[in-house]
Amino acid sequence: MNQSVFRLTLPILFGYLPLGMAFGVLFTTQLDYPWWAAPAMGILIYAGAGQILAVSLLAAQAGLLEVFVAMFVLNARHLFYGLSLLGQFHGAGWRKAYLIFGLTDETYSLLTSRARSADRPHEQVLDFRITLFNQCYWVAGCALGALLGANVAFNSTGIEFALVALFIVLTIEQYKALGDAFPVMVGAAAAALAILVLPPAHQLIGAIVVVSVVLLLQYRKLRRNPATEGAGHG
Amino acid sequence: MADTWYLAGFIAVAAAATFATRVIPFLFFQRHTEHPLVRHLGRYLPAAVMALLATVFLQRSASWHSTLPGFDALIPAALVVAVHLWRRNALLSIASGTIAYMAILQLNLIQV
Repeated sequence: MNQSVFRLTLPILFGYLPLGMAFGVLFTTQLDYPWWAAPAMGILIYAGAGQILAVSLLAAQAGLLEVFVAMFVLNARHLFYGLSLLGQFHGAGWRKAYLIFGLTDETYSLLTSRARSADRPHEQVLDFRITLFNQCYWVAGCALGALLGANVAFNSTGIEFALVALFIVLTIEQYKALGDAFPVMVGAAAAALAILVLPPAHQLIGAIVVVSVVLLLQYRKLRRNPATEGAGHG
Repeated sequence: MADTWYLAGFIAVAAAATFATRVIPFLFFQRHTEHPLVRHLGRYLPAAVMALLATVFLQRSASWHSTLPGFDALIPAALVVAVHLWRRNALLSIASGTIAYMAILQLNLIQV
């Protein structure tokens, strides 16, 4: 069974090892904390983009309320992953808590796309092992990168741009999946507004509030004119 | 020592926030999966948040008081977009943009 799980999760290994290493290198080159805190974050937080964002929040000594809001909103897409797995995880017992904890983008896409038999308890054990294997790859990447960053001397000035590059890539992926540029423009415009009128410490939260309000207004507008739903948004 | 406590608190809060986004649907949404507002936010929120984060952190990595304001970050950002549209390989896109930004900063390619 473990061999087939390994084969299933091999693509995730190739994605998680380098991205985890990027986080680890960022962590030890940008911050003054011990290297093992990086794999510890991989074990306890387990979120790719979230942990990379965490490096810049740690560097800025961000307040814990801001940390909570920023991490929650960055991972808000996970709120909608669970919706499609409510049935699949039902009755998984003690494994269910870990299945929910380990529901990253990559694990979600694997669990929702793989072929499943009618034997639900067996499939849940498989889901559990897939989730566990994936987290092991991630933690190994975090540890390797952190050790590399702490022990290999190189000029890391500018390496923090990896965070910006990651968000640009995720924006393009979201746009392609959606086929609608409206939310991308709302997000960028809200950020620009926040940058212009708010001090840096409050820009993230401010922009998030603006985005939420605009999406709620758009929702109300669509509810009033259901005919325009699915059509282009101006 | 204070720093260690800050790090511990930070990890606890970040872990709680991340876990909250994953567990909330299982706690509260069991009966609301078909609610149109939930579906609306599920459709549009992720793209808006990613664009928001990309914009905020792009602005922060640029220097706006040089002779070519913002170019040090806008050129690598354009490279990320181009490489990603071309090959659609996330790691390749991230690596090329980051290396370009590091080169611009370290070799002072854009005169400040």
